[in-house]
Amino acid sequence: MVLAHILDEVVRTDGRRVLAGLIRLTGDFDIAEDVLQEAYAKALVVWPRDGVPQNPGSWLNTVSRRLAIDRFRSQRNRTRPLQSDVEAPPPTPEDDDPSGIEDDRLRLLFVCCHPALPDGSGAALALRTLGGLTTREIARAFVEPEATTAQRLVRAKKKIRDARIPYEIPPREKLAERVESVLSVLYLVFNEGYASTDAPSLLRPDLVREAIRLARLSVALLPEQPEARGLLALMLLTDSRRRARISEDGDLVPLDMQDRSLWDRSEIDEGVRILDEALACGAPGPYQVQAAIAAVHATALRSEETDWRQISALYITLLKSTPTPVVELNAAVAFGLATSLEGALAWIERLETEADLSRYHLLPASKADVLRRLGRFEEAAAAYEQALALVTNPAERQYLQKRLSSCAI
Amino acid sequence: MKYILLIYSNERQWTEATQEIIEKVLAEHGEYGRAMANAGVIRGGAELQPVTTATSIRFTNGKPKTMDGPFAETKEQLGGYYVIEVDNLEQAIHWAEKMPGMTDGAVEIRPLGVGATMS
Repeated sequence: MVLAHILDEVVRTDGRRVLAGLIRLTGDFDIAEDVLQEAYAKALVVWPRDGVPQNPGSWLNTVSRRLAIDRFRSQRNRTRPLQSDVEAPPPTPEDDDPSGIEDDRLRLLFVCCHPALPDGSGAALALRTLGGLTTREIARAFVEPEATTAQRLVRAKKKIRDARIPYEIPPREKLAERVESVLSVLYLVFNEGYASTDAPSLLRPDLVREAIRLARLSVALLPEQPEARGLLALMLLTDSRRRARISEDGDLVPLDMQDRSLWDRSEIDEGVRILDEALACGAPGPYQVQAAIAAVHATALRSEETDWRQISALYITLLKSTPTPVVELNAAVAFGLATSLEGALAWIERLETEADLSRYHLLPASKADVLRRLGRFEEAAAAYEQALALVTNPAERQYLQKRLSSCAI
Repeated sequence: MKYILLIYSNERQWTEATQEIIEKVLAEHGEYGRAMANAGVIRGGAELQPVTTATSIRFTNGKPKTMDGPFAETKEQLGGYYVIEVDNLEQAIHWAEKMPGMTDGAVEIRPLGVGATMS
């Protein structure tokens, strides 16, 4: 029991790093996953007998590498050699190597974002290998059947192996064209950590940390790309609210009711500083605009002091570059708080008929909030009911339930 | 690893091109081939004659039948190929991007089967 706990912990803290190194060593995702599993199995036999090693992650790394090498030696008709550094050093601690260019997981990210991979399969592969998500969790995040996700993963791994997509950071002149997909995959990993589709607690701090770590490496690698900085700033500013976002009972606390003294000031300061650096490049993009919105929230000491006019203007800017129904919904809500609740309601009602958001719980939830602010409690309650029928995350469900009962009084 | 670079473009652009353009593109291909030879990556290649010269043997239930024309009628046609040997797809892409005479169309990169490396 205790041993299983220790192993769980090792899997969480070191597993993905070891896996990334194994993929580089073997050039084959399946073999890498296989030998890592084998090493786990070995640990369950060896550790009870000899005691848990002082550095379990390093033990796992050494043993799984040895297993990979054995496997290649026994394979006579192998089609590809092992990569050169067979005697690789043990994995470095999480925050080592801030320049990070030689980071295995960053390389892995670039492999997953290679434009030669079929659409969407790279993102799934990144969530699986970098995020450690199960196929089922990825399927949930993509709102697709599990079999489809499994297919995507198989196809991506096969293409990487058979067409030999290299495990390396692309040459400098190729970086710019890869940036967008790298950032969008990181954004996806972060979002899954911040608003998990499946986890009971809503948050998966390990995913959030990993996304932020990789975003930092991306900034180091792509200093001339303001959008990389924009994304890092967005992550930091969003994550700064982590402690205030969930109540002690596990409820979701909406932004305007959060205890702002719980916000992480150092993360806010860093986020704002990085955003300023990005904006100084004079090439704003969607991540910078979203970070700017988060910064306006983060720098309002009290909810009533929020500069909704500025936020509303920023959403209009965002809508130009990212004209999605979800962004439009946010723009409508911001407009409501800045200018006119009735106007926001009309806008949301138009979205109800025009946009394909019928499965999106935040549409009725936002409508309900606007109606509640207008004092139209009966209609608000009906909209909360609609939202409850669509929501999947338990923490968000609880929050909506509370709002609903407050309308009934 | 060996890759074949399959060059697809609108054949009419080529058959209707002026002598001057044809000579220019052929000279570029000469240079391209030399650059590949200098890098030690080229293993073969050729220009194909137009699809009007193509003959297809279509098989139905194992029975061959000879027909006029290419395997499929498409907007763009296979007009030539190179076989190169490089370390990975990234390097193959590097060469494909430098293909002479491409204003539109596509270069398809396909890794060759492992058996082919024996020859």
